Amino acid sequence: MKLILSAFFSALVFGVGLGIAGMTLPTKVIGFLDVTGAWDPSLAFVMIGAIAVHGVSYRLIMRRSSPVLTPKFFIPSRRDLDAKLLLGALIFGIGWGLGGFCPGPAIVASVSGHASVLIFVASMVAGIYVHAGFMKFLNSKQG
Amino acid sequence: MDLNQFLLPLIGGAIIGFSASLLLLMNGRIFGISGILGGALIPSKGDAAWRFAALAGFLAAGFLLTLIYPEALAVKAEGTVWRYVAAGVLVGFGTQLGSGCTSGHGVCGISRLSPRSIAATLTFMTAGAATVALMRVFGGAL
Repeated sequence: MKLILSAFFSALVFGVGLGIAGMTLPTKVIGFLDVTGAWDPSLAFVMIGAIAVHGVSYRLIMRRSSPVLTPKFFIPSRRDLDAKLLLGALIFGIGWGLGGFCPGPAIVASVSGHASVLIFVASMVAGIYVHAGFMKFLNSKQG
Repeated sequence: MDLNQFLLPLIGGAIIGFSASLLLLMNGRIFGISGILGGALIPSKGDAAWRFAALAGFLAAGFLLTLIYPEALAVKAEGTVWRYVAAGVLVGFGTQLGSGCTSGHGVCGISRLSPRSIAATLTFMTAGAATVALMRVFGGAL
């Protein structure tokens, strides 16, 4: 139960941060990505602020032998670059530039009820299931 | 560029970094939203509840923003329905294939100096910028 409450509360804070930062406005995101046009660099400060805080606190937290509510940390350990990673990031980037939404801000902004974000979120869910089906198909091909 | 133009993104970013630290400290989890969503939609046993709680937290944040900072949800969008269908499918598929999005790779991964996350972030930023540039020229119909 505590794990559920802390996940809820962390996401609540994260979502408010996204809203204050301007990430929930697709026009703002597209302005940030529009480096060849009317570039709006302000969203670069979102990453600067987030990494400044988390970069320091990550190191402090990882001095602990375990998290507060559960026995172990779940941290990805892979360091190699592979085709899936880079192809996935490429496909994600195209979708991000097209609509101006990435997953978190889209979920927060879906509360606005605006048709664009509702269509985006429904399609994103579909895309996740398409990926699961695609991986299943690939695995069955490999036997 | 006036002060608010970068002050609000900086404060919002710091709040994001703080919340990612909170989830790591309490739950031992990386705050990767595409991973949380993917694991909620295609759950493995005993691992779905906290993910749904996080998704509910995002929706609660949306409701809270409409009360305290409604400008954040004044979404304006250009283009057709198909632009958002394509964008959603690409973001859903791409983040699962690439194991992360702006939060998991861009914030958490770069904070731990993960080579995979640095490479992924450079790739999706470049792809996003290239897409916006191409849409300026060819995007009229979509």
